[in-house]
Amino acid sequence: MLAQAFGPNSIAHHLEVTDWEGAISSAVALLEADLRVTYEYLAEVLAMNQKLGPYFVVAPGIAIAHAAPGVGVLETGMALLRLEEPVVSGSNNDPVRLVFAFCAVDSDSHIELLASFAQVMSAEGNMNRLLNEPDLTIIRNLLTA
Amino acid sequence: MKIYAVCGAGIGTSVLLKSNADRVLAAMGVEAEVQAVSIADAISAESLAQIVLITPELQEQIKDIRSEVIPIDNIFNLEEIEQKLTAALS
Repeated sequence: MLAQAFGPNSIAHHLEVTDWEGAISSAVALLEADLRVTYEYLAEVLAMNQKLGPYFVVAPGIAIAHAAPGVGVLETGMALLRLEEPVVSGSNNDPVRLVFAFCAVDSDSHIELLASFAQVMSAEGNMNRLLNEPDLTIIRNLLTA
Repeated sequence: MKIYAVCGAGIGTSVLLKSNADRVLAAMGVEAEVQAVSIADAISAESLAQIVLITPELQEQIKDIRSEVIPIDNIFNLEEIEQKLTAALS
């Protein structure tokens, strides 16, 4: 299930991101590259960030940028941007190195997907392994095994 | 018992939080229904939740509700969730 959620272009490094909104934009652009969202989705995610603050920085160094299902979403999907230089979001979990992006077509088709994702991320040692692993193939295998 | 897992949209962070809270509660042997909801639902006067799990950034926005509010700093840390739920339930 996670293997389908992460499209072929969905896991990438980024060398030129310098701020939090830039990191969100680049992560959401990965969803767009795999035709999971249209350009409209980014505005939704940035609006959420502006309204509620960096609440989707959910663990030390790890964010999951997302907005509500609907506007701009073509297909449920996930993406991961790994930042060479971590950015500051304003969260207690700063600095952020891994920026996941997530989109859902409706409010229930992704529940199992996120349950699998939570299980992978919560498994002993996996979070630190992901935070410290520069090889994107190894990262993909860890996430979709 | 009813527990809410809360995030801005009620579809991302809250679902991850619910998923881990379910696993922790099952391991603790506690029977509870955990529901992923948006902030608006958590603030609602009709909220029946005894406990609300939330990420710290959103905590300020729901401080005046009847439910006990528990901020979770790392939603992937099952130990943190278990410790905080144990303290709240004892």
